[in-house]
Formats: sequence, structure tokens, C-alpha cells
Amino acid sequence: MASRSAPTTQSPPIPAGLSRDQLLQVYRYLRLTRTLEERLTALYRQTKVVGGLFRSLGQEGESVGSAFALERGQHRDFLSPLTRNLGAMLVMGVEPVQILRQYMAKAGSPTQGREMNIHFGDLERGYLGQISHLGDMIPVMAGITLTFKMRGEPRVGLVYIGDGGMSTGAFHEGINFAAVQRLPLVVIGEYNHWAYSTPPARQFAVTRLADRVKGYGIPAITVDGNDVLAVYEATKDAVERARGGKGVHFIEVTTYRRKGHAEHDDQHYVPKEELERWARENDPIDRYVKRLVDSGWADDADLKDIDERVGVEIDESTDACEGEPLPAPDSSLTAVYARPGAAPRLWFRDL
Amino acid sequence: MADVTYLEALRQGLWEEMERDDRVFILGEDVGIYGGAFKVTEGFVKRFGEARVIDTPISEAAIVGAAAGAAHMGMRPVAEMQFIDFISCAYDMLTNYVATARYRAGLPTPLVVRGPCGGYVRGGPFHSQNVEAAFFHTPGLKIVYPATARDAKGLIKASIRDDDPVIYLEHKWLYRRIKEQLPEGEEVVTPIGEARLAREGGDLSIISYGATLWKSLEAAEQLARDDGLAVEVLDLRTLLPLDDAAIMRTVKHTNKVLIVHEDTRTGGLAGEIAARINEQAFEWLDGPIMRVTAHDVPLPYAPTLEDFVLPQTEDIVKAARWLAAY
Repeated sequence: MASRSAPTTQSPPIPAGLSRDQLLQVYRYLRLTRTLEERLTALYRQTKVVGGLFRSLGQEGESVGSAFALERGQHRDFLSPLTRNLGAMLVMGVEPVQILRQYMAKAGSPTQGREMNIHFGDLERGYLGQISHLGDMIPVMAGITLTFKMRGEPRVGLVYIGDGGMSTGAFHEGINFAAVQRLPLVVIGEYNHWAYSTPPARQFAVTRLADRVKGYGIPAITVDGNDVLAVYEATKDAVERARGGKGVHFIEVTTYRRKGHAEHDDQHYVPKEELERWARENDPIDRYVKRLVDSGWADDADLKDIDERVGVEIDESTDACEGEPLPAPDSSLTAVYARPGAAPRLWFRDL
Repeated sequence: MADVTYLEALRQGLWEEMERDDRVFILGEDVGIYGGAFKVTEGFVKRFGEARVIDTPISEAAIVGAAAGAAHMGMRPVAEMQFIDFISCAYDMLTNYVATARYRAGLPTPLVVRGPCGGYVRGGPFHSQNVEAAFFHTPGLKIVYPATARDAKGLIKASIRDDDPVIYLEHKWLYRRIKEQLPEGEEVVTPIGEARLAREGGDLSIISYGATLWKSLEAAEQLARDDGLAVEVLDLRTLLPLDDAAIMRTVKHTNKVLIVHEDTRTGGLAGEIAARINEQAFEWLDGPIMRVTAHDVPLPYAPTLEDFVLPQTEDIVKAARWLAAY
């Protein structure tokens, strides 16, 4: 990264042991997430996205800030995102072209057109997408981190759950089991105010998500989810404590889902002033940029440079895959099992 | 050679796989120091330690979900359902998460979920269930259901070694009732997907599995003695995938088929087996494909009620006699 705006002696120290390069990497992931989603929205309107599009507008900060706290690479820490954690997936090394292929159900997508959006994984690189049944990834991540513990590997798992998903039985069974086993697992609870159209008051009778999990005997804190560095710092601390054998940690991040459940949803149930206030005063990227610039850790030219590079990357990624084919129909029959390798083609197809 | 019970054979198979492969571990309720509600894992925690024999909270979804996560990472978990009736609490995890994992995202998920099932033991509605039909409809799962001690051992070993998720159903009525000589030191592995001809005969075929396999054999013996009928009995052993070749072989040999299972009738496996025979061996049939099953009610507790609801040897005798005369 160009260092034309190296910190001056007047700059406050960068928090949480981050370097200036890392601060700019975080900015790049934030911008990449938003730009990629804007491109997906355009493709959606052109009916090139198959099915629904799930935006994370307004939540990019907590996704990127939390994932950035992990040790990333082959056989390192392990992350399981929700559909709105696109930013976390990008931080873990997923390429935008893979996301574009997923949304357009291309043959060359990570799931070969079998699953949608960020529902995919790479066990070597340490990420595993959710299934649509919310809560299920908590027990699964308990099993993954149980393996780390059994093998004595210094690895940590990070898993996300929403304010709605925390109402599922699987969530409670999973976090309790993980707590009892003192597994190296960090759970990020996203208070984004909306579970489809259901507000928190209809989802639980406490004020804070952190209050819901204190009964499991694990540390639970609440962090401003749109303060990227605060999320990073809290996650880093929890991750290192978990790595050190201190068991499960829960971090509630407060944020706001600024789009509908998916693009079809016009959010008529959301108070307009509330939405506008979050957009105007509490956008995670705006706040992060202001902090970088006000602190003298970066200047407008640095950020503009990144914005331009991200724009080019998204253009090139789109061009690379837009014309790719959908999967061959009969590829649908393979790999239900390891053995047999394919389900039989049914007789009426050959009449 | 020692006489080995069905339960001991299962225990031996588990033990041998734990010794053979340190990726294998057990998790479930009361499987540790207590050794499991039926003592299948008695002595395991002493030999293999708490890290490989994990007592869990009463959380079937967490048990199966954690097994799935560990399986992704290269382990070979064996999850115990204390009674198979409680597997319904993990239905989502098994059918949505586990069964689809390889297909939707290329995730290897080699795990075994096992547990005691079946009636004839006065267990009432929630300790007597047969759950095969609930999972038979789910592509991605395999289901095995041993009837003999040899297969109890051979199928648990094959299930643990299989690269796909397997539901292993063990019948609690058979646990200590069935004994067989199993040579010590012999490697017993029953291939998944292969039925076994339990009795040869040319007049009529009975297709069954689990506890009713023994009731079918008893009926066949009685029919040979009293009616001079030569009844062939096929033990399916694996329910998913079904061994179509073995089914069609016996159908083409005897031309009359009685399907017997302990599970309830509507939506039970007998319907699928009958449909396959209809599609693949219609012209070989000399009579209607008939079913002997439980009545379509929850399984009641009182002996008089349970005995009436479940298929008994005498029911199989009468049904076979009726079909033979058709």
C-alpha cells in the first residue's frame, strides 16, 4: 500500500495492535463487500441473479471487523457465516467471482449450481456456509471446535447468529454443549433489529442478546457493531481467550439491517425515520472512513485509490463469469453419496 | 468360540473400531461412566477416556450437529440416541444438514447415528418406535438394521468405515434374546447394501428385517411343519439403499411375496418395496404383493394392546397361508 499519508506524530496510536496497512486492508474489505453487493443488485434487476438477493447494507462493519480478528489461511481458524456475512467470507479469502457465480447459479460456482449465495464452504481454508435452518451451525461449529480440542490444535471457531436465529432450539442446544465442553468457539450475536419483518420485542423478552446467553456460564458482552475497530478488538480478545482454553465467548454486536430481508421485500414495516437515521448517522463504512481520516491514519487519496481498485476488480470478476453456462441438467444426479457416485436417471426420461 | 449376544456383538464391533482407528469417538447421553442405558458402551470410558466417550447434555440436535462438524474435520463420530424415539429431536439436523452436506457443498460427513428401536418390550409410545420410514425418504442417508448378532457386529463396523452418514438401527428386543457363535479374532464386516437369504424355499417369499425377521423365520418353520410349505425368507439388513437385485431374485424364484415389518403400515417401507416389485418383476407375480405390518396407531403400553397392534408370528402364518392358496 502506498504510504503517502504515513502517520504523523500528531496521530493518535492505532488501537488493538493493528498496523496502518491492516487498517487499509479492513477498509478494502468493507468497500469490496458494498461494491460487490451493489453489483449484485444491478445483476438482480437485470434478472441475472437466480432467486433472491440478500444484502448486508449497514452490517458490513461487524462482518469484516470480526472475521479480521481470526488467524486466516490453510488449517488455521474457522468461520461459519450467515447469509448477511458476505464481508466475513471475503476476509476469509473468498473471491468476488465465486460469489457472483453462486448468485448466478453457474456450473463453475463453488457448489456447481446446487446452492445459493454464500451457502458454501472450504474446509481447508476454514469457512463453512450456513444452511437455511437457522441455529444449525452452532452445533456444527461445536463439533468442529471439539475436533480442535481433541487434537490439541490451537485453532478457534467463529460463528454468527442473528437476533431471530437465537430463538431456535439448535442455537441453545449447541451453545450449551459448547459451553459445557469449554470449546474454543466465539459466537457473534447480530442485533440487526429485524428477523425478516419481526422486531426484537416479538422475538425475546430481555433487552440484550448478551442477557440471553449469560445463563450458559460464558462471558457475554455487547459491542457497537457499526464501530469496526471496536468489533475487531472485542473479537480479537475473545478469540485469543478461546485459544487459550477459556471456552466459549459471546459478543453481541448492535447494528441495523438497512435493506429488506431480501431484495423483494420493500420494508414497509420499518419506520422510515429510523432507517434514515441509521443510514445518515451510523453507517459503518462512513464512520470508519471518518475515523481513519480524522486520526490521520489515511487520507482521501488512499481511500480513493482503494475504491478504484475495488471497482476494477468487481468489473473484471463480473466480466469473467457473466457469460458462463449453467450446470448440465444431469449433473444434478451425482454426489448424493460418496458411494454410489450417482442416483439413477429415471426411466421416463428415456421414453 | 463363544456364544455372543446381539448386544455384545454390537459392543465388540464398536470396541474394535475404536481400537483400530483413533478418529472414531462416541457421544451421547449417559454413554460414559454409566455405559449407556442398555450398556452398549460399558467399559468404554475406562479404556478410551472421556475425550473419546463423551457424555452430552440431553440435546439430540447438538449431538448430531456436533457429530457432523467433527465428521467434516476428518473424525468418525458415532452418536448414540438413548432410545431411537428421540432421533426425531435431531430430524432437522439429519435431514437438512447432514443428508445434504455432500451434495450441496461437497462436505464429507461420515458419521453413524445409532440407537435402540422397536417394540414387543412394553415400552409404550416413546420407547418402542421404529423410525426407518422417517429417514428412508431422505436422499443422502443410509439406513442399516441388523437382525443377527453377526450383522450387529458386521454392520456397525461397516457403518463406521463408510464415507456417508449411516443410521444404524438396533432392535432392543433382540439385544439379549439372539445369540450366535462369532469366532474370536475374525474380522466381521457386513457390506452395506446387501440383503441376506435367511431361509431358502420355493413356494413363497417373505421379505423382512429386524425383529420381524425372527418372527418370519418362526412362521416359515411352522408352515413347513404344518402345511408342507417351503417359505423363503429374505433379511434386508440394509434398508437404504435397498438391495433390489436380491428382492427381485427371490420374487422371480417363488412368484409370491409377503412383506413383513414391525413399523406401521401407511408410508412404511413395504409400500416402496411393493412398488419396486411391481415395476421390475410384475410379470413374475402369481399373486398380489401383501403386507403384514403394525396397525396404524401409536404403539400402546398395555400388553394386550401392544400385542394386538404389532404383527405376531401367528399373523404371518395366516397371511402366508392365505397367499400360498391364492
